[in-house]
Amino acid sequence: MKRVLNFFRRQPIWAILLGIIVVTSLFRPDFLAIGNLLNILVQSAVNGMLAIGMTFLMINGYFDLSVGTVMGFTAALTIGLQPLSVPVAIVLAIGAGAAIGAINGFFVAKAKINAFVVTLGSFIGVRGLIYIYTGEDALVGKVYEFFSFGASRVLGIPTLFLIMLAFALIGEFALRRSAHGRRTYAIGGNVEAAENAGIPVDRTVFLNFVLCGTTAAIGGVLLAARLNAATPGLGWPDTNLMTIATVVLGGTSLTGGSGSITRTLGGLFTLGVLYNVLNLFNVQSFYNLLLTGLVLILVVYVDSHLKQRRVRFE
Amino acid sequence: MDGSAVNAQAQQDSSASNKPQQEAGSALTVRSFFEKQGLIVAFVVVVAFFAIASDRFLTYTNIMLVLRQVSILGTIAIGMTLVIVAGNFDLSVGSLTSLTAVVAISMHDVVGPIPAMIITLLVGLASGTVAGFLVGKLRLNSLIITLGFLAGLQAVTLIYTGGRYSRIVEPEQTWFGFIGRGFVFGVPMPVIILAILILLFSIILTRTVFGRHVISVGGNPVASRFSGIRDGNTIMATFMISGGLTAVAGIMLGSRLMAAQNYLGQGYEFEVIAGVILGGTSLQGGEGNIFKAFIGILIIGILRNGFLLLGLPYYFQWVAQWVIVVGVVWLDVASKRGKLLA
Repeated sequence: MKRVLNFFRRQPIWAILLGIIVVTSLFRPDFLAIGNLLNILVQSAVNGMLAIGMTFLMINGYFDLSVGTVMGFTAALTIGLQPLSVPVAIVLAIGAGAAIGAINGFFVAKAKINAFVVTLGSFIGVRGLIYIYTGEDALVGKVYEFFSFGASRVLGIPTLFLIMLAFALIGEFALRRSAHGRRTYAIGGNVEAAENAGIPVDRTVFLNFVLCGTTAAIGGVLLAARLNAATPGLGWPDTNLMTIATVVLGGTSLTGGSGSITRTLGGLFTLGVLYNVLNLFNVQSFYNLLLTGLVLILVVYVDSHLKQRRVRFE
Repeated sequence: MDGSAVNAQAQQDSSASNKPQQEAGSALTVRSFFEKQGLIVAFVVVVAFFAIASDRFLTYTNIMLVLRQVSILGTIAIGMTLVIVAGNFDLSVGSLTSLTAVVAISMHDVVGPIPAMIITLLVGLASGTVAGFLVGKLRLNSLIITLGFLAGLQAVTLIYTGGRYSRIVEPEQTWFGFIGRGFVFGVPMPVIILAILILLFSIILTRTVFGRHVISVGGNPVASRFSGIRDGNTIMATFMISGGLTAVAGIMLGSRLMAAQNYLGQGYEFEVIAGVILGGTSLQGGEGNIFKAFIGILIIGILRNGFLLLGLPYYFQWVAQWVIVVGVVWLDVASKRGKLLA
């Protein structure tokens, strides 16, 4: 019991999520219907995938604005390259995402250009690549197995969600237990101290950008599997911002040094449940956006308020 | 006409290169010029490339077309430059452009052009005031706050119109279109408005106490606070200016189209920030130049126009923007450091 309370204290987002779920199910028992819950899971798979890499990067003290269009580009590649066979298409798509991540990482870690500039550039540039590749047309998949895989379930749970969850678990384990994970925290907490301690800062930052590009690409593959199609507009303009919102809502620090994938999952499910609740109450979808905006502002406010109070008490 | 414009450009460049010449001595002149004026070099290269590739590029009509197109982003970029110089970001400008354009258009037929414009300006100022209060007074992270505004204002736009398209019913019956479509002595009205605003805010940034406070707050927040600058008020003011100028841009855009769609300004924030960055405004704050930000926006506008003139699809401009933005900033960073990689 104490452990549970401690968990909620450290990751308040899960308590908030629980509160929302309890209140909603009192008013709308149909919220708890299996079909509805599974729907939330399916819809959170792609965003969750993007948020995993972003969490690494934000703990490291950076962020990547290009994940939205990278997701769109790799979704288009996954569908468009299907004639080469589906596995080859998936590998090439993920490779493309990793390559864009490597370009970002090179310019940030080696050339020392501001990450905002670098990833803003690739965000716009990759959008151009999507249009060049698709020729402004929507691509539609013709491989039935791929589409049915996207809609499939394992033990009743959507496969796409399970894939995301598997990556989330690996990510959390890597953050906590691997040398790379600890370096990521150390650099985000204090770059100079990390450098003095002999941590290979540039390499770690570079790797995290590659990682972020890769998870965005896997997100693109999952999206392609869910839609069995790709339009040039996928991921433009606010997927990247929603991904950052998910991570921040979960409670990962904006300035780096603290955070976890578990928190990000909390943020992911909270946003997913909130949208679902609005939907259940037949609120126009415009209000989803409004809610996202208000939640973001509220989270930043509460976060800074709590920090100030903590400082005062200490 | 065209030839003299190019000559004037060339003269300007050579006079600009005199300064570094005197500072750095004679040996490194060419190199140091390229390094210090990466923006101007990029501008000349882009202009020269399209001038050679297309004979329509340097015609009077086309130059005016490009200028008129960049006047919207250019107006927003002025406020963005102030916000970034003071050390923050404003990601809300795209959604605010949509909202203000929709408000201006939909109010026009209800209350008439002047009151509609006043209401629109107030909407822009109000949004800037709230964002500025949250960032300046409550010291919240501007990136996330204005990200919240990006989503929130887009939602407000959609809720306000119910998702419908807004238009002015009888565009011929009003002078409102003059702001976006009119010409004075052959110069498009939005270009004149932009020129006045650039001049005005350049003076404000470089010659007034407020401007120095903006630079100081962005450059060294702690020192400015200790020297008695109310940094919260200064930051709030930059956001109010950004909101107000975005409303001006929304009015110009609405007036040009005489109609407004709900997602009109979607993605503007990124193009504007890309232009401002090209213009050498430091993202660390404390450093920036409104005229150079305009040149940055102009490069982006020329890319769009040039690729269309060459008959290439419009989306090539995005890849070119990627290369140029990262390239110019790299040149800038590398010249300060003395080598390409750290």
